[in-house]
Amino acid sequence: MRLALPTRLGGAVLVITIRDLEFRYAEGDFFLGIPELRIERGQTVAFIGPSGSGKTTLLNLIAGIVLPRAGRITTDGVELTALDDTGRRNFRIRRVGLVFQEFELLEYLSVLDNILLPYRINRSMRLDGAVRERAVRLAHEVDIGDKLHRYAPKLSQGEKQRVAVCRALLPEPGLLLADEPTGNLDPHNKGRVLDILFDYAARADATLVTVTHDHDLIGRYGRVVDFREFHA
Amino acid sequence: MRESLYLAWRYLAYHRIKTAILVTSIALIVFLPVGLRVLVDQSADQLTARAEATPLLVGAKGSPLELVLNSLYFESDVPETLRYAEAIRLDTMGLAQPIPLYVRFSARGYPIVATTLEYFAFRGLEIASGRSLTMLGDCVLGARVAAQLGVGAGGSITSSPESVFDIAGVYPLKMRVAGVLAFSDSPDDHAVFVDLKTAWVIQGLVHGHVDLSQPDAATGVLRRDSAVITANASVVQYQEITADNIDLFHFHGDLSDYPVTAVIAVPPDQRSEAILRGRYESPDERAQIVVPVSVIDELLDTILTVQTFVIVAVVVVGLSTLATAILVFLLSLRLRRREIETMVKIGGSRGSIAWVMTSEIVVVLLAGVLLASVLTLITAQFGSSAIRALIF
Repeated sequence: MRLALPTRLGGAVLVITIRDLEFRYAEGDFFLGIPELRIERGQTVAFIGPSGSGKTTLLNLIAGIVLPRAGRITTDGVELTALDDTGRRNFRIRRVGLVFQEFELLEYLSVLDNILLPYRINRSMRLDGAVRERAVRLAHEVDIGDKLHRYAPKLSQGEKQRVAVCRALLPEPGLLLADEPTGNLDPHNKGRVLDILFDYAARADATLVTVTHDHDLIGRYGRVVDFREFHA
Repeated sequence: MRESLYLAWRYLAYHRIKTAILVTSIALIVFLPVGLRVLVDQSADQLTARAEATPLLVGAKGSPLELVLNSLYFESDVPETLRYAEAIRLDTMGLAQPIPLYVRFSARGYPIVATTLEYFAFRGLEIASGRSLTMLGDCVLGARVAAQLGVGAGGSITSSPESVFDIAGVYPLKMRVAGVLAFSDSPDDHAVFVDLKTAWVIQGLVHGHVDLSQPDAATGVLRRDSAVITANASVVQYQEITADNIDLFHFHGDLSDYPVTAVIAVPPDQRSEAILRGRYESPDERAQIVVPVSVIDELLDTILTVQTFVIVAVVVVGLSTLATAILVFLLSLRLRRREIETMVKIGGSRGSIAWVMTSEIVVVLLAGVLLASVLTLITAQFGSSAIRALIF
């Protein structure tokens, strides 16, 4: 893994730098081209734009889940395009927290086991007592501490997303990528989940990048990136 | 690896019904051919051991297999009978110790084995409680008969009529249980032993009734011609032999004409055995002499051939079940594609994710094999006894 120091720009530390990015899926005519995009440490960013404009694709590119055809992506000081698959996975599980619209909890695991999942699916992470304690503390902080042994299907939508957020926060990532995290939630839970994400970003000086269609919530973000500009 | 195993275990535990079905299927695939083999081998060993312990068997000409099964295992139909004279003839030859057998009747579902006291010594059977056969009407029960019927020494057991329509033939005889044999793990455990004469009483060849020469039996007399008294139908035969009526039991005809089903011949040495077998080679001979172990070997050859076909069939069924199990796993993987994608997205390593899936298969396979091993052990321990209990 080739590590580089985070780039400084005008006093701010850049967490994500994208240059001359071109992406195309193997099938279909989807194309995403981003000449340049920089996101600083600690920023809260909303990706907005019409469906199919490439918001989720860019999240996947930033996380190293997919690779561009051309261009460079540097995330948290690491040039992902230069890493192999194992390197990108190890990077992702340690330094990127992912939250999905559909929660993506494993139905056969309890709340606690779902939160601990990242430590069980990658040997570069070690599950020990401290991690368990942190998982329990996180669960209590988001008010699901009394449901640690409940299975995912027995939880409400809001509870499921809070479990998913705990799973993303447990490795204490420097970058949070959330793909419509409030898309399936009622207004009360929307606010609650966002509060947790924003609170974590603020406390840990982490960067939060969220794909959202909810324009009512855009005002909470420090920066908004409209994807229409990439298709202009 | 430990974490992958944990996740696999959680998945299998959560889907416990599916897991149980898969484990049972795998267990049956493994157990059926192996268990069948164990069972057949054990049964073959027991059949052979009994046959090897019985040097020669003389019976009426007919099916040697029927003769052996009837005489050694008290199974199959009653073979053609011999005259008791055959046992006397064998004794006269001096080439073997004859042990006559008459295995025809039954009592409460258990075969009545009529023989002589030499049989007990020959089979190494010991009396566990009570005494051996001493009086007409005595019987000695095999260990399992006594246990299953809850009858012991001092009790009684009644022979079963051969047919409810056979009103002129075999009458039920209430027999005293003189003793119970020690457990021998052989067909003897499932038999009721009586003296030959008691079997002949059951058959009606020896019977007891009031003394017709006495004045108070006049109503039972049909005709009196000098020394011959003919009874009418009102004379009732005794259904139980007691100290009071035992003297009234008597034989009609020549004892040597009475039937037996076989005679076990125990030659003292190979030479005597060879000579004895030669004596029965004559085409005019009405009896046959068989070496039980040869008959059983032939039977086992047939069984083994059938077993091979059965095992091939079981293996084919097993393979198709295995293919179904693999299909279930593959479909399961397909259904879990999204779960796998989630693991990939959050950074699960290829190896760890593959191990989770592999661990599930390994755990199911191991559990199936373990269950099959337990079933095989149980079969090895109790299978042949259970089969024998069902058959004998």
